[in-house]
Amino acid sequence: MREVAIVGAGMTRFGELWGQSLRDMFAEAAVGALNDAGADHVDSIYVGCMSGGQFVGQEHLGPLMADHLGMTGVPATHVESACASGGVALRLAYMEVASGMSDLVLATGIEKMNDGADVTNVLATAADQELEVYYGVTFPGLYAMIARAHMAKYGTTEEDMAWVSVKNHRHGAMNDKAQFPGEVTLEQVMASSMVAAPLRLLHCSPVTDGAAAVLLCPLEQAKEYTDRPVKIIGSGLATGSMALADRADPADLDAVQRSARSAYKMAGVGPRDIQVAEVHDCFSIAEICCIEALGFVEPGTGKDAAREGFTALGGCVPVNTSGGLKSKGHPVGATGIAQAIEVFTQLQGKAGARQVENARVGLTQNMGGSGASSVVHIFQGV
Amino acid sequence: MPSPRYTREIPSRYRLEAGRCKGCGKVVYPARRICPACRAADFETVNLSRKGTVVTSTVIHVPPDEFLMEAPYAMAVVETPEGARLMTQVVDCDPSTVLPGMEVSLEFRLIRKEGKSGILCYGHKGVPVA
Ligand SMILES: [Zn+2]
Repeated sequence: MREVAIVGAGMTRFGELWGQSLRDMFAEAAVGALNDAGADHVDSIYVGCMSGGQFVGQEHLGPLMADHLGMTGVPATHVESACASGGVALRLAYMEVASGMSDLVLATGIEKMNDGADVTNVLATAADQELEVYYGVTFPGLYAMIARAHMAKYGTTEEDMAWVSVKNHRHGAMNDKAQFPGEVTLEQVMASSMVAAPLRLLHCSPVTDGAAAVLLCPLEQAKEYTDRPVKIIGSGLATGSMALADRADPADLDAVQRSARSAYKMAGVGPRDIQVAEVHDCFSIAEICCIEALGFVEPGTGKDAAREGFTALGGCVPVNTSGGLKSKGHPVGATGIAQAIEVFTQLQGKAGARQVENARVGLTQNMGGSGASSVVHIFQGV
Repeated sequence: MPSPRYTREIPSRYRLEAGRCKGCGKVVYPARRICPACRAADFETVNLSRKGTVVTSTVIHVPPDEFLMEAPYAMAVVETPEGARLMTQVVDCDPSTVLPGMEVSLEFRLIRKEGKSGILCYGHKGVPVA
């Protein structure tokens, strides 16, 4: 396999982008990535999107997006793994370059959630329709059950979870792409309206439109496009039981553990080597479970990390310096690529006010459904 | 919505039929073709006891449209004495009292009305054991 680097990135602002359709957002992000690298062509395109079909009635996204990039003729593939669609698109783009099949590949993620679709029902299609959704559970409801299992097993509290939201909004306040860049207080989180007990509104990521794109090429060609390429040194994808009831323990995200294990093994690094990470905080409890599953902290101790500053900027492993899904926004299919852009920017030393000093090795973790799929990537500055 | 689906689901939804793997003994609900634990494909049918213990739970305050009139309502993962786990609502009580460890009986109830024609969908719901 060839070594592979990211050489360019582009993304839209995240938010309620009433004036932009799915294709408009795609074109803005993709052109941004091409311009960032000074590239005028690509050999292949991957489009991560959870549900163009249900959100805006549009499938067959590969050719549509190639067309709107003025690149009809180029191979283009739609990738779906619920909220992990973007991360899986990145993995496939990485594999295509690493294999030698293509040199210049665009990995993108898009989602248009604010065009009038019933978001609760569409998101629920990432859960088990026959065994879960049929009985009236929602997506926040599933994570609420994970939260309550974590609370019962490890003593995690509602306040511990609220600290994750406070921390991520503090980070997001420094990100001009973020949907909700304002800071929130612990009291505001704890007093926000209940969505699915014990999860309140400010424990939940918002409903977001957005697109993100990164350009990949063989490391040996990277200097043609940028002074500061970022190498992809590990990629891991794993599955877990679809239904929460079928997991060995609903408090543990075992697919996240498995995906991390294979990414660490491939990269030849461990959790102690990670200096900056973007982690799938679709709900505050998810960040707590994920930093445990990724090995940043011991199982059961994730609850203390945000409050004590371990995962804050300036802490031991800054997590979600972009603001995370919570503050930056969560256009589901775009999230995995946007995470990679944050780490790419950090490892290039271009993150401005939220720069992690001397960051050399970073990680992204992107999750689908209530944890039935997880994809981890590890990056290194060159 | 086509009706074959509702007929097909009668054994699991109406009779709580599960499969016990002849290879490793794991009880899967509903029955499957292949055992998720040992990949054997030989099962015997078992009827789950109509009771169980709450493993984890939540109270849904923001429901899907079909459940709008019922919110807030409790949902739980319930484990039966046979070791099968299933997702169910827990009703006939204050939803905030439904917490891990609670004992419930599983009772046959209307779950939802589906689609424009309002097809009646049945299944089981948990009710706290007094
Ligand atoms: Zn078995």
